Amino acid sequence: MRGDRRLFSGLDFSLSPGTFVQLTGPNGSGKTSLLRILCGLLAPAEGNIFWQGADIRSLREDYVTAVTYMGHRPGVKDELSAVENLRIANALNGVEVNQPDALAALQRMGLKGRESLPARFLSEGQRRRVALARLILCGTRLWLLDEVMTSLDKGAVELVRSLIEEHLQRDGIAIVATHQELELSAGVTKRLELTT
Amino acid sequence: MLRWIVWRDLMLAWRRRSDMLSTVFFFVIVVSLFPLGIGPETQLLRSIAPGVVWVAALLASMLSLGRLFANDYQDGTLEQLLLTPQPLSLVVLGKVLAHWIVAEIPLVLIAPLVGAQFDLSSNTLLVLLVSLVIGTPILSLIGAVGAALTLGLRGGGVLISILILPLYIPALIFGAGAVEATIIGMSPAPHLYLLGAFAIISLLFSPWAASAALRISLE
Repeated sequence: MRGDRRLFSGLDFSLSPGTFVQLTGPNGSGKTSLLRILCGLLAPAEGNIFWQGADIRSLREDYVTAVTYMGHRPGVKDELSAVENLRIANALNGVEVNQPDALAALQRMGLKGRESLPARFLSEGQRRRVALARLILCGTRLWLLDEVMTSLDKGAVELVRSLIEEHLQRDGIAIVATHQELELSAGVTKRLELTT
Repeated sequence: MLRWIVWRDLMLAWRRRSDMLSTVFFFVIVVSLFPLGIGPETQLLRSIAPGVVWVAALLASMLSLGRLFANDYQDGTLEQLLLTPQPLSLVVLGKVLAHWIVAEIPLVLIAPLVGAQFDLSSNTLLVLLVSLVIGTPILSLIGAVGAALTLGLRGGGVLISILILPLYIPALIFGAGAVEATIIGMSPAPHLYLLGAFAIISLLFSPWAASAALRISLE
């Protein structure tokens, strides 16, 4: 529910490890709301979400450590460099990353040579790459990615695809809201389409 | 975890030093306008000094409070902070601590200097310093609740002043009261104790209230 409007109802699904869900639907159909409900930022008007058999509201911190959510805004601080952004974001989630690992993750995201530049000098797509580098290091089971492919070039979309494939091979689950089709060679792909 | 949040906010503040300096300059200028406007009437200046310095400190902290959560809200890092494993009230406490260090401690340190314009004795200036050390955490703590409540609203800056300044009144009364007591030769201790009690109460309730407000603002 957003305002007085019911976005979706009767939604019932369960996901097993190694599943990729492509969440599609027209603008305003509730993709973002669904992802925010799934990560616990928004409370559902009705119903429950279970993680490994327990309600996420009773799990709280245990659930949060298993989830990585990325929203529309990349969550990258302009004043901090790429490497500082990455290390702080991980540290706040309880994953302390050392400098070489952080640099390696940024290199993989194609940011070699820009690691210590303040993020305000990076382009929109590069900032998005900094945010996505967190996926390499976070080690969580469930990824909730909301339109993370916006302003990414072809090469970067390919990188995201390979990251998700590796994640599925490690028995992870990824739910991705996107308008672009992602063809994965690993794991089980499901489609969930929301309508208005 | 707390130290990471404090360290992050301190580093961000250091990279935007101009914000911090503008708060300090505002405080210095507001306090200095009074002796310039009133003229060299030492008796009058001495009696208005405690109130003027304290009111200027309240107004100066209003300037910086708007940014406490707003910057993190705009670039999406606040959402990420909500999704970290530690309790949200701890995150808020870390941010408040960083705000106090960045925005309030410079005011506390410079207060005896600007207070000297009011012909206060060194003993009185010391009490002024102590009252600000005890009182300014209250400003950051209660201010965080206001900043969380007005997050994402248009004209939040004005609204936060209307919401929060009335809540600062106890801190103003006891803080300025301690300095006034010293000027007329009485002990400032009772005022300072009450100020301390108020600081402890706000330490207990503000992080909790601010985190509840943040959850509502981010829905």
